[in-house]
Amino acid sequence: MIEIIKNRLKQGYRTSNFPNEKPELPERFRGRPALNQDLCASGCADCLSACPTQALTKSPDPEGKTLSLDMGRCLFCGECAKSCPDGAIVFTRDHRLAANKREDLLIQSQEVKLAASLKEEMRRLFGRSLKLRQVSAGGCSACEAELTALNNVVFDLGRFGIQFVASPRHADGLVITGPVTKHMKEALQLAYQAVPEPKIVIAVGACALSGGPFMDSTEQLGGANAIVPVDLYIPGCPPHPLTILDGLLRLLGRLEDKMETVK
Amino acid sequence: MSSLSRFALIRNGESLKTSRIPEVPISDFRADILKMISSGKRLCALILNEKEKKPAKLLSVLSDDAEGKLYLNSSEPVSSYPALTPDLPQAHLFEREIYENSGIVPEGHPWLKPVRRKPADQAVFFKEEGEEIHEVAVGPIHAGIIEPGHFRFQCHGEKIHHLEIQLGYQHRGAEALLQKPNRFSLSIAESICGDSAIAHGWAHCQALEALQGIRPTLKAESLRAILLETERLANHIGDLGAISGDIGYLPASAYFGRLRGDFLNLLMLISGNRYGKGFLELGGAAFDIPPQMRSQAIETLQRAKRHLTEIGEMFFGESSVISRLEETGLISQKVCADLGLVGVAARASGKDLDVRQDHPCGLFRFRYIPTVKLTSGDVFARAMIRFLESQRSLDFLSAVLDSLPEGDLTVPRGKILEERLSVSLIEGWRGEVCHIAFSNAEGKLSGYKVIDPSFHNWMAVAISVRQGEISDFPLCNKSFNLSYAGHDL
Repeated sequence: MIEIIKNRLKQGYRTSNFPNEKPELPERFRGRPALNQDLCASGCADCLSACPTQALTKSPDPEGKTLSLDMGRCLFCGECAKSCPDGAIVFTRDHRLAANKREDLLIQSQEVKLAASLKEEMRRLFGRSLKLRQVSAGGCSACEAELTALNNVVFDLGRFGIQFVASPRHADGLVITGPVTKHMKEALQLAYQAVPEPKIVIAVGACALSGGPFMDSTEQLGGANAIVPVDLYIPGCPPHPLTILDGLLRLLGRLEDKMETVK
Repeated sequence: MSSLSRFALIRNGESLKTSRIPEVPISDFRADILKMISSGKRLCALILNEKEKKPAKLLSVLSDDAEGKLYLNSSEPVSSYPALTPDLPQAHLFEREIYENSGIVPEGHPWLKPVRRKPADQAVFFKEEGEEIHEVAVGPIHAGIIEPGHFRFQCHGEKIHHLEIQLGYQHRGAEALLQKPNRFSLSIAESICGDSAIAHGWAHCQALEALQGIRPTLKAESLRAILLETERLANHIGDLGAISGDIGYLPASAYFGRLRGDFLNLLMLISGNRYGKGFLELGGAAFDIPPQMRSQAIETLQRAKRHLTEIGEMFFGESSVISRLEETGLISQKVCADLGLVGVAARASGKDLDVRQDHPCGLFRFRYIPTVKLTSGDVFARAMIRFLESQRSLDFLSAVLDSLPEGDLTVPRGKILEERLSVSLIEGWRGEVCHIAFSNAEGKLSGYKVIDPSFHNWMAVAISVRQGEISDFPLCNKSFNLSYAGHDL
């Protein structure tokens, strides 16, 4: 017992002050990508061929916005930024990535449309108490590990009234990881049906958003929204726990910075 | 003729001309393997030699762990053959895989079930009959935040008589994607099993580098070793936290869980990603560790070592913890050898298998990490191995960071050499990660095989819970903490 108390004193208080303080992420952290169309002038397509998941597309556009990056496919590997001779693509240290709609993940500039909060009735129900059931449907365990990390003393998900529960019947929604393998399709559908109405679905990680690195495989279905309607998309491979937390709090309308578009 | 001369010899991270692998009739193939096993070798892989259509040749990779050598032989094409499993239990899952992938029948295999490609709910399960025998089915979706798999228990009261584990729910076709020549294959290799992104990524790089005949600089090899040991620390310490949580010892669960984050953050400091994804590059590494970052890392490691010792002493010093862990989930030394277990599970059951020691590659050829071995084979041993290995890895990291060699981050990529095969072993935190790559006459990648340590070890989970109480299952399972995705590919 004395050892526990000694250790407790040494460990101190470890819970982060998020979201009251802006998180300090290291210099090399690859967060929200930002595109500068003006710099993309040389007309090369090096970034397109550097991307492992075809997240980048280039199309002629009268307004000059020709380059698009799909954060739903992006693995945040940074290969495109490395390949660009003009510095038109950079990965910022901004951890905020989550969006309500799949198309909001398509970015063409330094701006991104972040997730908006649930409608009032849903927010009244879930705003201060949200129970989630996690379903891994082909996830490699990295996204799962980051969801688990949310429960540790640093991120301490419980302080926001959000909790992972064991049964879908006790849950207000599902958190889905993985590209949804053929073999998990039925189990995922059953879990979804078992969640009482009204319910929400949150897709976490590149695989659950688009199939990620496995998008070319015939053994998977290309992400969660092929099977169930998704209310919140959280990009990353895997997303940083703060990216997930930011998305959850945004959905519940509990973040101070209410702006939906950030520069 | 000695049996050794009927095998081709190769070392870890090397390639050889496929024509050098002796091709013998299936009866000799079987007999030679069994002879080698009886002289202390271990079955590292038993796979289809390239083609997934019968008739096809079989290929075995046998490991001489004492000598650091790998022996390869191949059979003539077969459509069926007498199964090795009855004589060699460690072949059981390999033969099921061969059957599933090609239709080649290992005749006399005691339990020829699908491995991963067929939907698991169509599988048949062993059923025990008798008064008061009842069945408990768990999964695919489990109670926690964990990957899917199905567990079928045959119980008498609280006592487990038999557990059958059916996986396959995570099958994403990773191996098939790697078989197609693809320069993005590294991002797939890194996602075979997310908690072992460095181990699988490195094994993949090494397999392709061997086919191209290139070797990374000592600098890149040192950086890779640093990331691999950091990955080991994050997972070992995370597992200690999870074991603490499963026995309801929450202070240790919280402290270990927090400490784990320090290593994930160290990976992020170096590579920009908490799992080290994006760090590796074919031919070397994408990121250096500049001097300032180095001192920051050393400081983190020194603090972490102090905390690890303190929390470890608190955890292992508690008699109620010890009594909960000891003699739970036993794997005897015989079962360990019969099943061909690898990694933490093997070292906890008296077998000091460790690729870093037995088949050293990269920096491990020059810097030695002492292997830890315990003999009790219980949850306690598997937990203690993690604690001791974490300390060894911390010492190793401090030493390497202190004297990081100079040199280029990458070497130029080469062209894949024709008709070769490479074997690449990396000691991931769970155990031996094995990648085997084949090239064809056009100098293209023509085959790829991934063997996660979990593939060798899942059966041990089923054996360890026998005669135990069903309430011990989560703890036993956690003490192995095997990968579903790594098994299902």
